[in-house]
Amino acid sequence: MAAMFDAAGHKVTVLDLDAYSFRRLPPTFSGTALIGNGTDEEMLRKAGIEDASAFIALTQGDNRNVMAAQIAKHIFKVPRVICRIYDPLRKDIYEHLGLESISPTEVFADLLFNRLEKI
Amino acid sequence: MKSLYIVIVGGGNIGYYLSKALLNQGHEVLIIERDVRKCERLEDELGSCCMRGDGCETVVLNEAGLSRADALIATTSQDEDNLVSCQVAKHRFKVPRTIALVNNPNNDAIFRKLGIDATISVTNTILEHVEQEIPAHPLIHLLTMSGHMEEVVELLITKESPAVGKSIGQLKLPQDTTIALIMREGERPKIPSPDAVFKENDRIIALTTLDSEKILEKILLS
Repeated sequence: MAAMFDAAGHKVTVLDLDAYSFRRLPPTFSGTALIGNGTDEEMLRKAGIEDASAFIALTQGDNRNVMAAQIAKHIFKVPRVICRIYDPLRKDIYEHLGLESISPTEVFADLLFNRLEKI
Repeated sequence: MKSLYIVIVGGGNIGYYLSKALLNQGHEVLIIERDVRKCERLEDELGSCCMRGDGCETVVLNEAGLSRADALIATTSQDEDNLVSCQVAKHRFKVPRTIALVNNPNNDAIFRKLGIDATISVTNTILEHVEQEIPAHPLIHLLTMSGHMEEVVELLITKESPAVGKSIGQLKLPQDTTIALIMREGERPKIPSPDAVFKENDRIIALTTLDSEKILEKILLS
């Protein structure tokens, strides 16, 4: 995601707890890679969230994503916030609460179902 | 006293002692804990009051009978898990009261803004005690109102204070702030009228909000 947005000419900051995650960023990446906790208000501020036009929460943890995304949306008023939530039931609840969310589980299940049903 | 049904998420130290106290008070308690061994230990000690599972999952909470719960208290060491448990309880199961333990004290205010009824930060609680026992700061937090962003604070008017000699009406206090009491040496504490004038050494009890606290401090203490 970060590489794609960077290549498209946007200003990107990636936040991760583990520096090892940054190994996959391409050598051409011109954005910022920061080590830190994305659910920490101070860290988000350091990462420049106050000037961000979009915020995406993509960690492996549903709850971390939900918390980070809500901080971005309700505390920092980032104009566009998208959240990854694996658990479809949890995704429904937060969509209902107005948090734009995507469940990879749901998307992938749909995809597989549609492919197999065509046979 | 009415017996309540209280669901506790997290069977650590806080969850354990909390359940024990609530059971003793005659309430119905269910602990939701992920770890099997912790569950077994809790059941050995407290009887059958523990359910194994993830307290953030709708299915688990449904099985726990959350729709009839009077309160959910999230006590895990992960703030994000406590937040989600409380929000799912509130919005999916309409639990009237949700309480979250916050480990990072900064999340205290954030969680309340995100709709949690009450938050408890061990760090902030200890800090408040330090402030009250060893007053080094002219503004002391006395009480945070649960469920609101409101709080009760105490301020000491010093000689240097810009409010000395001015009346409440003259000072441009934030709209959400009320001066509730003025305590003066040798006098009975009194509820001030708008023309009450501040004097040096007055102790003020004010009702304010987390957001306005700084402005109040600036106006009264500079």
